[in-house]
Amino acid sequence: MDVAAHPPARSRTLLPRTVVGAALLDALRKLDPRTLVRNPVMFTVEVGSAFTTALFLHALVTGRGDAPAGFILAVAAWLWFTVLFSNFAEAIAEGRGKAQADTLRRARREVVATRLATPSRASPREDVPAARLRPGDVVWVEAGQIVPGDGEVIEGIASVDESAITGESAPVIRESGGDRSAVTGGTRLLSDWLVVRITAEPGGSFLDRMIGLVEGAKRQKTPNEIALDILLAALTLVFLLATATLLPFSVHAVRTAGAGAPVGLTVLVALLVCLIPTTIGGLLSAIGIAGMDRMIRANVIATSGRAVEAAGDVDVLLLDKTGTITLGNRQATAFLPGDGVAERALADAAQLASLADETPEGRSIVVLAKERHGLRGRTLEPGALFVPFAAQTRMSGVDVGARRVRKGALDAVARFVEAEGGRLPDTVRTIAEDVARRGATPLVVADGSRALGVIELKDVVKGGIAEKFAELRRMGIRTVMITGDNALTAASIAAEAGVDDFLAEATPEMKLAHIRGWQAKGHLVAMTGDGTNDAPALAQADVAVAMHTGTQAAKEAGNMVDLDSNPTKLIQIVEIGKQLLMTRGALTTFSIANDVAKYFAIIPAAFATTYPPLRALDVMRLHSPASAILSAVIFNALVIVALIPLALRGIAYRPAPASAILARHLLLYGLGGLVLPFAGIKLIDLALAALHLA
Amino acid sequence: MTGAAYAEIAVFFGTLTVLAVPLGGWIGRAMRGEAPLVGRLLGPVERAVYRLAGVDPAEEMSWRRYAAAVLAFNGAGLLLLYALQRLQPALPLDPGRLAAVPRDVAVNTAVSFVTNTNWQSYGGEATLSPLVQMAGLAVQNFLSAATGIAVLAALTRGLVRRSTQGLGSFWVDLTRSTLHVLLPLSLGLALLLAGQGVVQSFGGVGRWPLRDPVPDASGRPVVEQAIPMGPVASQVAIKQLGTNGGGYYAANSTHPFENPTPLTNLAEALAILLVPAALCFTFGGWVGDRRHAWTLYSAMLVILVPLTMATVAAEQAGNPAITAVGVDEQPGPLQAGGNMEGKEARLGPVDAGIWAAATTAASNGSVDAQHDSLTPLGGLWPMWLMQLGEVVFGGVGSGLYGMLLFVVVAVFVSGLMVGRTPEYLGKKIEAREIKLASVAILLPSAVVLGGTALACLVPSAAAAAANPGAHGFSELLYAFSSAANNNGSAFGGLTADGPFWTRATDVAMLVGRYGVLVPVLAMAGALAQKRTVPPSAGTLPTHGPLFAGLLVGTVLLVGALTFLPALALGPIVEHLQLHSW
Repeated sequence: MDVAAHPPARSRTLLPRTVVGAALLDALRKLDPRTLVRNPVMFTVEVGSAFTTALFLHALVTGRGDAPAGFILAVAAWLWFTVLFSNFAEAIAEGRGKAQADTLRRARREVVATRLATPSRASPREDVPAARLRPGDVVWVEAGQIVPGDGEVIEGIASVDESAITGESAPVIRESGGDRSAVTGGTRLLSDWLVVRITAEPGGSFLDRMIGLVEGAKRQKTPNEIALDILLAALTLVFLLATATLLPFSVHAVRTAGAGAPVGLTVLVALLVCLIPTTIGGLLSAIGIAGMDRMIRANVIATSGRAVEAAGDVDVLLLDKTGTITLGNRQATAFLPGDGVAERALADAAQLASLADETPEGRSIVVLAKERHGLRGRTLEPGALFVPFAAQTRMSGVDVGARRVRKGALDAVARFVEAEGGRLPDTVRTIAEDVARRGATPLVVADGSRALGVIELKDVVKGGIAEKFAELRRMGIRTVMITGDNALTAASIAAEAGVDDFLAEATPEMKLAHIRGWQAKGHLVAMTGDGTNDAPALAQADVAVAMHTGTQAAKEAGNMVDLDSNPTKLIQIVEIGKQLLMTRGALTTFSIANDVAKYFAIIPAAFATTYPPLRALDVMRLHSPASAILSAVIFNALVIVALIPLALRGIAYRPAPASAILARHLLLYGLGGLVLPFAGIKLIDLALAALHLA
Repeated sequence: MTGAAYAEIAVFFGTLTVLAVPLGGWIGRAMRGEAPLVGRLLGPVERAVYRLAGVDPAEEMSWRRYAAAVLAFNGAGLLLLYALQRLQPALPLDPGRLAAVPRDVAVNTAVSFVTNTNWQSYGGEATLSPLVQMAGLAVQNFLSAATGIAVLAALTRGLVRRSTQGLGSFWVDLTRSTLHVLLPLSLGLALLLAGQGVVQSFGGVGRWPLRDPVPDASGRPVVEQAIPMGPVASQVAIKQLGTNGGGYYAANSTHPFENPTPLTNLAEALAILLVPAALCFTFGGWVGDRRHAWTLYSAMLVILVPLTMATVAAEQAGNPAITAVGVDEQPGPLQAGGNMEGKEARLGPVDAGIWAAATTAASNGSVDAQHDSLTPLGGLWPMWLMQLGEVVFGGVGSGLYGMLLFVVVAVFVSGLMVGRTPEYLGKKIEAREIKLASVAILLPSAVVLGGTALACLVPSAAAAAANPGAHGFSELLYAFSSAANNNGSAFGGLTADGPFWTRATDVAMLVGRYGVLVPVLAMAGALAQKRTVPPSAGTLPTHGPLFAGLLVGTVLLVGALTFLPALALGPIVEHLQLHSW
């Protein structure tokens, strides 16, 4: 499966130099307490930093500080660094988005649009600035011009360069009607002309939304992030209590022991900052932004962080058969005439019914008739009326004079034949069922009341797809194949591809009902879609990925747009969603596990003057009380910097059952988080002692 | 630790498990109204109670209504108990002609028994008449425990039901847990105890000659001891089974009238943990996940068994300062050995250690040795067991619902770690649940630390501690740990009937009880409204060693990180001082 086969056109470097420079400035700007208050953990650190700075100034001026001024200064400085490092992480994450937004903004140049008075190419034109276009306005665009706004093509066909949005340099075709009628503002016509009805308000275009998203301007906290924030705030309160009450405890201890001095405020603030979950608190927002950014790098635009998060929870994937499970489209492989019908006559009627049918299946029928029977593709004579495929009738065909030729699904054509006064011969039914049993698709051809026979269409299942589905199953995700085929055909392909379930002869209503059914049972459903008739189902699904090539309606209904229009992208989206949650969970565990070592560093240092036997708790044998406290604070600050790459990249995701993933992460981030700081604090202490800094 | 000590611990927990599993299933059936046999006998009584009280047993209460019913009912119980104590001289059945209980102590006792804490600032048989003990204390012993089971039942329904507001009826849960669970169990235990010689009478004062006369204050020899008697066996049974712990006698279960034989000691110690242990299986059966029940039960044992062994080991190791002056503290055929200070000579350090761990793990608080005299480490572990939030078995009902709060937090963090919105038994854990769990876990800890800090700052409060130095600090810390977690055991040494301590512990007990109970009911309400997510391979299993380990880790880490600094200044430094003597 070609999940990774679409390398995004954009840069993959984790930390481009320009971004780092801008982020350093941003980190300072983010010290503003009004913005920092959104993050209770880091806000607490900032208050602590300001407080220790005040203690330092007090010690400097009066000479009677609660500790040597140099020590207070060092603690204060490292507390400020802690805040700055966290701000830097967030700024870096945002900066990567900003760089992309700038590229996008270049596409939103000032454009002069040619507005038409009526929705017709012949109507009078006037030039207006693109910014003044309103939904409903109709504009004329021709080769070389920039599409002035998002809209729907109502007339014409043209090739369009959409690289500004998708990063894909190959031009795409946009035409009126059907599923390729949506154009995006900022893209450029390479050939021909289009008449476009504008659908977006100024400032509300796809490009504007995308810029807003990558810049993180409208970033809302996601539900899980809010829940985690509450937990972190609660932990912060616990530690605030544990450290604040130490002062009276210590006063009492000094009174009853008659030795030493009460613990200093500087030490208490240092202890507090070391204990509260600064590692996750400092990186939380960077993780969220980076998650969105990974989506964008995968060429998926999510309309909200909530959708990205929901992607990790998805446990039912509805996948369209065509293009996702099978290679491209079904191809006609045989004409199977009914009793008393010549194969050539069947091929002729089939070709006639398919002449105006631009679907790949339709074209393959025309080609097969030409190859097998030398029937040339004809142009339809004037007056012939093409009857397009509709989801309700599930037939297409042509009316030429009194002749009504149709091809379509067995039951649909049977109804048509009966409506015309005939009856579907049993032989045709048998042939169709045989074809279906072989896993191919039968298309029954009828000429008025007479059913002529069956066209056999065959599907080719993509290589490696069965393994991918097995992997999904291990992750606890169920795959459902959606197809317009009959149940027999669907079952055969489903078995070959290894999906868990299938929905055959699917109409838009059935898709919608199917999704609701899963949701009623408590499942979270993801699907992809492109057509207007997918819109209701897309709106209902929890994670709905609209193809960028799809219609405006589909894009409006979905909560993500895949710029590559690659239906297998869903799997990658699920992985990115899971990675986002896993990174948060792992760093939370790590952050809390770290505290144990910090207690062992700070408690003996803080109370050894009152109770010398407490030195027994100093298992790291640190150089001095001052260096112990400073080492813990420095370790606490540096660990944020050290984990920025992990926060941005997200922790690696491997499909495995939940318990295996948990065991691995507990070992790595729980046990690792317990042990690492002992070594880290000791090393910093050794360095401080060697440099005679404490 | 001696081999006999290992054997005793093994027998104790083995028996507990054998009894808890079937009892758990039986409580579940009783609470769902499916109890056989006893149900048929007591069913008519149950229905009569509803008719008499004008209760509609089919009523489905929302969490707010349920909580209001709990608070109103407990509030009424509080007033009644207060009135009984204040009116004591005017009431019958008072052979000792006892005075009215002072106001602060009466409030404190009322709060204490209604909240299932059973912290005693009064002097047991010397303060309260048999009537007040029976109609006041013993009634609340039943009802406070029944309240705990009821709230647990409501939370269980919140997890089992989907898309509903109704959590069942508090009146039905209260009646069933009292009538079908606590009454029959207590009756059985009371008969066993009385059969072993525990006093059961309607008062009178027994007089016994002293073997060794002692001089009184004016130097005259005292040759006779007068001990008030009363309905002791019946009260001791529910005091143990209902995780209450308030003894009939001030000396609690060290008193030979409460705990006369080795068999009563074992039975009473088992009764401490029996109902909380059984409720794990009640819960598991009710939510249809027996493996989860075993996981919860094992997680509790994984915490309790090592801490029991550590307590016993510390007591059996004795006091190095006493060894240093040449006293033989080795266990042998002629002596129990170890630290015998504050121990009942009949019971010794092993029984005392097991009881101390059990009574603090469950929020029972009865004692068969004086905790103030435990070695620093022997006192550290029981104190920490309370500070963990009384969730390792904990109070009847309240222990398990407290543990489920930690389950919610553990599930949340581990859910994130596997990349999925966390869910517990099919219910998604979201911001509201985390908020409520955080509040309920935070409040008792805040009261313990804040209260102790206050006591350190108020000179009269700190002076109530009998000992100087780190041990005096331990006494303050222990008192708040016990009150705010509704345990009720005392570290002794503390003079707890002064205005600061009675009022401070009033607040601590109320916050510790209702600051957890109300958020738990709110969470039950929130969970009941949710749909149930069917499990898949991506769902984190909430059974098995991995999850048990995760839960144990969460409880211990939160407990350690919150209390390590305070404990370092109390028992830990005391231990280090003792051993660097």
